[in-house]
Amino acid sequence: MWNFIIRNIAQRLILLVIVSFVAHSFIHLAPGEPSEVDPMNPRMKPEDIAKIRAAFHLDDPLYMQYAYWIRDLASGELKSFKDSQPVLPKIWDRFLNSLPLFILATLLVWTWAFPAGIYGAVFRGGVYDRGTVFLSYALISVPGFFLSYLAILWVVGWFGVPVISIKTFGMEHAESAYKIMDRVWHLVIPSVMAAIGGIAVLSRYVRSQMLEVLSQDYVRTARAKGLEEDTVIYGHALGNALLPFVTMFGLLLPGLIGGSVIFEQIFAWPGLGRLAYEAILSRDFPIIMTLNFIAAVLTLAGTLLSDILYAVVDPRIRLH
Amino acid sequence: MSLDPEAMAPPETPWQEFLRIFRKDYQALFGFWVLMLLLVSALAGKALTEWWVVFDPEVVRLTDKFLPPFSVPSPDSLPTDRPFGGIYLMGTDELGRDVFARMFQGSFVSLSIGFVAVGISLGIGILLGGLSGFYGHVKLWCITVDTLIMRFTDAMMCFPTFFLILTAVALLPPSIYTIMMIIGLFSWMGTARFVRAEFLSIREQDYVTAAKALGIPEGRIIFRHMVPNALAPVFVSATIGVASAILTESGLSFLGFGVPPPDATWGNILSDGKGFIFDAPWLFFIPGMAIFVVVLAFNLVGEGLREALNPKLRSR
Repeated sequence: MWNFIIRNIAQRLILLVIVSFVAHSFIHLAPGEPSEVDPMNPRMKPEDIAKIRAAFHLDDPLYMQYAYWIRDLASGELKSFKDSQPVLPKIWDRFLNSLPLFILATLLVWTWAFPAGIYGAVFRGGVYDRGTVFLSYALISVPGFFLSYLAILWVVGWFGVPVISIKTFGMEHAESAYKIMDRVWHLVIPSVMAAIGGIAVLSRYVRSQMLEVLSQDYVRTARAKGLEEDTVIYGHALGNALLPFVTMFGLLLPGLIGGSVIFEQIFAWPGLGRLAYEAILSRDFPIIMTLNFIAAVLTLAGTLLSDILYAVVDPRIRLH
Repeated sequence: MSLDPEAMAPPETPWQEFLRIFRKDYQALFGFWVLMLLLVSALAGKALTEWWVVFDPEVVRLTDKFLPPFSVPSPDSLPTDRPFGGIYLMGTDELGRDVFARMFQGSFVSLSIGFVAVGISLGIGILLGGLSGFYGHVKLWCITVDTLIMRFTDAMMCFPTFFLILTAVALLPPSIYTIMMIIGLFSWMGTARFVRAEFLSIREQDYVTAAKALGIPEGRIIFRHMVPNALAPVFVSATIGVASAILTESGLSFLGFGVPPPDATWGNILSDGKGFIFDAPWLFFIPGMAIFVVVLAFNLVGEGLREALNPKLRSR
């Protein structure tokens, strides 16, 4: 077991180095540079551009830039090109903003997808099953921002509450009940919108997994020995059907960065996804690189976690 | 005793069996006809908007701004700029361009983005997955081909796809070809992984051993005997891939990195329309619903193919 974990961590560290290298060369080789964001500005003289390039090490060879980036990241002194703020605290602030959105969306996905998928599988072919399968296809087929705009129009028009951004400004002196409700409204709509795609996809996985288990021999045996249908489904089948999903906890982590760009942009939510978007717009290489790097770390940590969890919950899997 | 050749033949060919199951699936069939309609309108749209002036989506009519669907051109408009049939079927936008003509042109552009992107991702995925599955054990210097390719695939999977696509599209010069290529270049990882898995299992099948024993050249074994058997799941994921490429394009358009004008795609008609959601709702709802229906059709057809091609699901 320990042997397996240590070897896996080593493999993933090597992979991480490759990833960071690919990301670095990809971003630096692509055309477009921080010094060229505003080429039409008449006040930008060639010597200014040269000064900027020198300050950001953009004239050094690629491997030196990579070394500078690693050195600054490791010592925590990496600065944003745009506003010279340290990158790590900036990302941490945005991360704290994204966290509630991520947690609520994840909770919604997990509490809705499982019942929907399991009932669909148990009553396969029924009205409910066909309805939910069709609905889940419909929900992954709508462009996310189209649905979000409709939801905003509906919520704002029907309930008369503001939903854009984290909170309403100018409510500092309101009673705390109002403040809390304001926060809840602002949080719920984007979370639901971000969760919808996840619910649709996960419920289909759950359904097919449950169908797979229900066709196994031991379920037939359990039925043959005269057990109640409920005991068969909830006692024998359900646990085994849910087994693979334990591992999905790990795979959720990278969604923190990648999945949220569009939704945070729609709802003007100052989180990680929006930070990434702003960094891309202003060619803020240190932020783009660091976010990519963190996403890769989260992905690798997530797959490691899911491998280990899988081995822990399923005794048939042997690690070697 | 002689064997009756009629009784020996399988009751139906795989193709007949596939058709029988696919025909019973009403959702998939519905999706299929929607897609056929879309294909026809995309080809017609390309031809008509190129050559026939009443369908020109780029005609700006400042006298006819923001006309709702089914309205007639105002009397001040130039007779040469009149739309097809004398009415604006889907209204006009903020420059007085005919939304119907733009949607018509956009159907070709959106569809070709989907197809080209998926074509690129399938090409890379099948090539790398096939290499890794068939020649995986070959050693290059000190690591095997399989390790090399699969570690590279793993590295690519570490990036959040949409973020990566966004970065690439933002840094590269904007054009429709860039977008097609970027979407294709960053979405082949799944295909590569399961083509490899298919190849690993097919390589051990008896018919491949038999083909080898007959002395059939390796290239022929791969392309004539193995690839067709590995393609069924690829086909399913390709169908769903087109759907997600269309959605990705609309997401990019929303963030301002879509196909640059004057090319119209459904994604950028929709994201231009979001600014006029109260004054001219048709600019928002028509492209939104069009994307929804088409993506849904692709997904339903993909699901129908999965059911019809997968023998394990059938027996239940």
